[in-house]
Amino acid sequence: MTNILEARGLWKEYGDVVVLENINLTVREREFVTIVGASGCGKTTFLRMLLGEEAPTRGTFLLDAKPLPNEPGPDRGIVFQRYSVFPHLTVLQNVMLGLDFAGAPFVGKLFGSARRRARDKALGILNEVGLYEARDKYATQLSGGMQQRLSIAQSVIREPRILLLDEPFGALDPGISADMHKLILRLWEEHKMTVFMITHDIKEGFELGTRLLVFDKTRLDAQAPGSFGARITYDIPLKRADQLLLKQVQEQTRRTDEFVHATQAGEAVENAQQASG
Amino acid sequence: MRRLINQVPSRAGAIGLAALPFLLLFVVYVTASDARLAENANDKLLPALSTIADSIHNYAFEEDKRSGDILLWTDTWASLKRLALGLIIGSGIGLLFGVALGVVPYVRATFQPFVSALSMIPPLAILPVLFVVFGLDELSKVVLIVFGVAPVIMRDLALRVAELPREQIVKAQTLGASTWQLTLRVVLPQMWPRLIDAVRLTLGSAWLFLIAAEAIAATEGLGYRIFLVRRYLAMDVILPYVVWITLLAFAMDYGLRLLSQRLFPWVQRTT
Repeated sequence: MTNILEARGLWKEYGDVVVLENINLTVREREFVTIVGASGCGKTTFLRMLLGEEAPTRGTFLLDAKPLPNEPGPDRGIVFQRYSVFPHLTVLQNVMLGLDFAGAPFVGKLFGSARRRARDKALGILNEVGLYEARDKYATQLSGGMQQRLSIAQSVIREPRILLLDEPFGALDPGISADMHKLILRLWEEHKMTVFMITHDIKEGFELGTRLLVFDKTRLDAQAPGSFGARITYDIPLKRADQLLLKQVQEQTRRTDEFVHATQAGEAVENAQQASG
Repeated sequence: MRRLINQVPSRAGAIGLAALPFLLLFVVYVTASDARLAENANDKLLPALSTIADSIHNYAFEEDKRSGDILLWTDTWASLKRLALGLIIGSGIGLLFGVALGVVPYVRATFQPFVSALSMIPPLAILPVLFVVFGLDELSKVVLIVFGVAPVIMRDLALRVAELPREQIVKAQTLGASTWQLTLRVVLPQMWPRLIDAVRLTLGSAWLFLIAAEAIAATEGLGYRIFLVRRYLAMDVILPYVVWITLLAFAMDYGLRLLSQRLFPWVQRTT
């Protein structure tokens, strides 16, 4: 699998205050990276840089080997903790919005057969996230957990290269977040996404991802709290990473297998072996 | 005894209580009018209810001898036309520029101070200018209302756009929205109910400008009539006209509120 994101010698400073210092990170396609850390340790700043809302002060930040765009775009989807669904649209309209933007640059809305296709696709995704029944409700009529499902569905329909989750389940009841964990893992697998998830819940971070990053300050100075920034202090491969690797190896070998069968390259090898033996 | 802040009237009680001040005013008027008329039968300041009823009959149901018009309706029609035109154009301009100010930083940097300065000019102070430039006809009255209403709506809507959560704006961009699409599908639809609220709030000043303009130069209209009959101290005409204007303003406000609720059911209303 190829590298999707690369950060080299990344610094972020606001005036004298250093927020992040010397972040080095390589993320491969299909990884599920969870990011934990104390508050004020630059998790959100890092996410804003990923979105393109903030530019790094120093260092390079590459997405698919190209410099990260300096504004948000459809290659990076986002689910915030709240406020990321549109209150004036129904659930279905919320999900179709991304397709409207993609297909109708001037009127911002699809019509006719293109609209029917978009509708079918949106209904499919709503079915996946369990919001099919609620499709005609306004987004604000949904509970907090349902709104988060909607926000995820909204992003997934645009098939972003990276899905960013900013404490998406932080405001939900524990029982509901458990359901959401299952949902996000299923979508991650089915849509073959790369996911970054920020969480304040370290346990959640360990349970969900294939890889856990801890942002922390290694030097603390009470006299000048702003003079040292946070770094990545732990970069831990999680159990799920093995499963992901296993799956990728299986896919790889199966593909080669099929290729060999299809081209009868195997026969040629066997013939050659017999001839030499 | 519960605290005063925890005592709430019943629904019927609330209606009765709301009617009380109106009734009180009515009673005070009738007794005062009776007292003055008993002293001087020709008193014009507080005409008797019967006199008022006669005037209403003359103005609302009888044709005027000179013009052949039914005056109240011609006046109402003329005034409402000016008011509606002024409000529609004013809110249109307000919406267009307010959204542009709120969405595009370059527009904001260029025009925000200018709009703020513009909205500080008392509209009535430039009424003479309007009369000179646009003549004494309908146009100058409509322009006065536009001038009084548009900057307020503009500034209000620019603020409302700025109040939209940053999350929404970022989210729309990650769904691939251009500035234009973002404005069209995310900002504008959420501004419609705000626009109606803003129009409701400026309704009072719009009436003020209308009546002021009509008082100075007009040949028909509610404001024109009031100021015309003032010369004869015709309180029996002025008072019903004032009540009528109040009713019209109230009906417009109520209508707009209803319209907003009907058209935008998604708005979360606090009351």
